[in-house]
This record gives sequence, C-alpha cells and structure tokens, in this order.
Amino acid sequence: MRTEPTGPTIGWDVVRDVSQVLEYHFMVNALLAGGVVAVMAGLVGWMMVLRRETFAGHTLAMMAFPGASGAALLGVPAAWGYFAFCGAGALAIGRFAGAERRSWSERSANTGAVQALALAMGFLFVSLYGGVLGDLESVLFGNLLGVSDTQLLGLTGVAAAAVVALAALARPLLFASVDSDAAAARGLPVQALSISFLALLGLAVAATSQITGVMLVFALLVAPAASAQALTARPLPSLGITVALGLLVVWLGLGISYYSVYPAGFFITVISFAVYLLARLFAMALARRSRERAPAASRPGPRRGVIS
Amino acid sequence: MFSAEFMRNALLAGTFIALACGVSGWFVVLRGQVFAGDALSHVAFPGALAAAAAGIDQRIGLFAATIAAGAAIGALGRGALAGRDGRSASASAAEDTAIGTVFTVILGLGVFFLTLLSTSSAGGAGIQGARTLFGSVFGLGAGEARLAAGVAIAALLLTAAIARPLLFASVFPDVAAARGVRTRLLSIAFAALLGVVAAEATQAVGALLLLGLLAAPAAAAHRVTAAPLAGLALAGALALGAMWGGLTLAYALPWLPPSTAVVLIAVSLYYAALGWR
Repeated sequence: MRTEPTGPTIGWDVVRDVSQVLEYHFMVNALLAGGVVAVMAGLVGWMMVLRRETFAGHTLAMMAFPGASGAALLGVPAAWGYFAFCGAGALAIGRFAGAERRSWSERSANTGAVQALALAMGFLFVSLYGGVLGDLESVLFGNLLGVSDTQLLGLTGVAAAAVVALAALARPLLFASVDSDAAAARGLPVQALSISFLALLGLAVAATSQITGVMLVFALLVAPAASAQALTARPLPSLGITVALGLLVVWLGLGISYYSVYPAGFFITVISFAVYLLARLFAMALARRSRERAPAASRPGPRRGVIS
Repeated sequence: MFSAEFMRNALLAGTFIALACGVSGWFVVLRGQVFAGDALSHVAFPGALAAAAAGIDQRIGLFAATIAAGAAIGALGRGALAGRDGRSASASAAEDTAIGTVFTVILGLGVFFLTLLSTSSAGGAGIQGARTLFGSVFGLGAGEARLAAGVAIAALLLTAAIARPLLFASVFPDVAAARGVRTRLLSIAFAALLGVVAAEATQAVGALLLLGLLAAPAAAAHRVTAAPLAGLALAGALALGAMWGGLTLAYALPWLPPSTAVVLIAVSLYYAALGWR
C-alpha cells in the first residue's frame, strides 16, 4: 500500500493531504470504484434492509466463494462462476419467500442450508483444485487498490444497470415489502417480485465483489442503509442519507488506509459500524425525547403486553 | 477404519460435537436465530486469528470471541426490542439488521488480525486461516479430541438444564415473561451457550461450514415433527448421522475433505426432509 519506505505523512493541511492521495492513479481508481460500489450497494441494500433480507444478502455474497473456486477448477472465467452461483442461490432462497407464506424461522433455516451447501461446495472445489487458499483472501477482501481502468468501466456499467433495474422495480417492490398481504390482494405478483429482487441483489453482489471483495460489498449493503432507516422512515430522505453515508465511509476508509499499514477493508468496516452505532444512539435519543413529550398514559411499558 | 488413531479421535470428538450442534440447533431454528448462529461462526475466525497473533492457544481466542459475541447478540438483539411487540418473529427480524452490521466489523477485524499476523510472523498465517475457516477434524490429537468431547458434553448438559424454560420462552415469550420466567437472561445464556457450541464445532468442521451442522439437521427435524422431544432427538440423530457418514465417506475417498462431506450430508438430509413433507 505504501509506495516509498518512509510513506506519506498526514498533516493538518487537508488540501495538501487530499492532493497527496490523488497524486496516484491507483488511488483515484480506488476512490472512484469505491464510490460506485457505495452508491449501488447503498440503493440495493436499502431495499434489502427494508425487506429484512440481510441474511439472504450475506448468503448471496458468500456465493462468490464457490463461484470463484468452481470457475478456477473448470478453467472458465471467474465471472461465469460468480453469476451462476449467485443466480442459483437467489432462486434457492427465493423459493421460500413471498406468496407462500412461511414463518421467519423456516425461511432463515432454508437460507442457512443454502449457505452451508454453497460453502461446502466451495471448499470441495478448492481442495480438488489443489488447495490454493491465497485466492480466498482476495475473494473475501478484494483488492480495491488494484482496480484497472477497464475494470472501473465495467463496474460502473454493472452498477448503472443494477440501479436502473431497481428503479424499475422500486414502486411495486416497496409496496410488497411494506405490506405484502395488501400488495397480493391488489394483484401484485409478490413472489415473482421477491425472486427478482433476490436475483438483482445476487447479480449486483456478484458483479461488484469480483473487483472490490465480498466483505466490502456486504458492509456497504447493510450499514449505511440500516443507519439511514434508523434515522428516518421516509423513503426518499432515507435513500439520500444511505448514499451519502456510503460515500463518506468508503472515501474516509480509503483515505485513512492510505496513511496506514492496515488494509482499507478494515477501516471501511469499522467506520461503517461506528456510523451505525451513532445512528442507533441518535435514534434512541430522539425516541426518548418524543416519549417524554407524549402523555405518560400512552407510553408502552414492559410487561403490559395485551394479547392482540 | 477404527485402527487409525486419527479416525478414532475424529469420531470421538465428532460424535459429541454433532450431538451438541443438533440439539442446540433445534432451539436455534425454533427461535429463528440461524443468522445469529451464522454470525457466531464467523466470530470464530478473528477470534482464533487474534489468539494466533497474540501467540496464545487459538482455542482460547476461539471460545472467548464466540462466547462474548453470543452474549452480546443476546443482549443487543433483545434489548433493541424492548419497545416493540414481543412476538418472536418480528423480534428475530429486527435482530437481522443488528447482526448484519456486527458481522461486517467482525470480518473487518479478521482482516486486521490477518494483516497483523502476516506482518509479525513470516508465513503460517495462511495455514492458520485455513484451519480456522475449514476445520481439521482428522488433525485432532487424542488430548484435543477428549477435551472437545468433554466440552460438548458440558454444552449438552447445560442445554438440557435450561431446555424447559427456554422452550417456554421461545414459543410464548409474553406468557413466559408474565409467568416470571427471566426471558432476557435466558436468551443471553442461550446465546453464550451457542458461542461454546460454535467454538467447539469450529474445531471439527470449521467456521465457514459450521452453519451446515447447526442449522440443516435441526431444520430437517422441524419439518418432520413439531413435537419438542421427538424433534430434539431427531435433530441430534440427524447431526450424528451426518457426522458419522461424512467421516466415513471422507476416510474412504481421500480427495473429499471431511468437513465438506459432513455438511453435504447434513444439507442433503434437510432437502430430503423438505421433499418428504
């Protein structure tokens, strides 16, 4: 990460620091790629968090492992493996979502089984291939600092396609996510919507994680969206906050890692977690204030749960 | 097969680890906490790496990390719900996001320790990482196997001790709370117990594949029967079957890693149960 033995030094002159970071082409590419992933993952992740499908998102992100190792074993481009496994995973998880109403525990158990199967297959592929685990680290954690111009272009194209697809699905999907019974009664294909969203999630994760690593994509899917939804329930402002927080987290993380020996992924995940904790604390403080203003009679107390 | 010592060790540790996973997994599925179990399995990775970086026995780091994370998930998840309605389904759904964010930081710490390890000591990091992620049940020594079996038995006994109130609190949280069951304490205790089981199973099947042993047999049992005792017994039996079958298969086929074989059998059992009903 450091290019000279002494390394760049950080000072109080912000303009000098930023221009020092931007001096290198690989840093510019890393910042751009990180920004693109932050916007796409923020938008898709907002819907994912709203639908409480974090576990599904995590499982789909994990599909990169059998995808990459299976492709290496067969000698085909890694992208084929990513897309095949993410698509199959979305179908396997989506089978249990939507119209045929299953309990939460049953759905999460199914997702867990899909993930276990995928990882077991991935490990099998790795050991058949000859047990090169050096790749595993780059699959999980990516190499944001080695993004080429072509990769950046491809990444931007995929992200734009994902955002356009999400925008096309957005209105019915939002309805189905918030109140699936009412949406089904109004004739919306709830199950088809649910599977298409999972497929979109899987493809977006597959396409971006090849370049930036699974972990970074997952961190950017969950944390900014969860923070934004803790702060406001209105869709548009919360989407805006999500994207802003995602960009902040990525750029700050990359900037700090430039001046340190530790990898960018570490800083990005830690900063996103800190942002989430701050958002939760802020939301709790807001709720407490509004509760204090409200008349005491309407305050829901513990153990006063009336059978509903 | 039984003449090889590594096989006897693997069977001894595997048997009790499978039983502990199956039985506690039944409660995990019942409580809708599969994602929490998944998170715990990933905590094992930075835990073991941190111990390796600090130069102490990796099992200490493993157990410390998973138990602490289990207790934290138990406390944080339920605590966040104090103001919400107490139904377990929505409770689990709200946990979803909290676990997801904790996850990212856990994996981030894993990278951090991996970097620390690879900069402090030349090499060894990859092997350590591979052992933690995928387990090495055939590499257990006699002492390690006996210790693993002992801890698994202790976890089983603890599960049995809290089984009745835990079942009550999982199915009817409100009624249980009204009857004076300390549901919050129970859920923290169970999550910590789950941490012990996760650290145990990490030694056998590895952090990445632990979910297969924890969730798949239990989910299959839940599909087949709703009766608690029969379900618990079936979950334990299926996990045991997957473990024995997987170890035998891996012994017979040298190219097949044991943890993969165990998880593949466990997941096939789950899909068989789906088709059966």
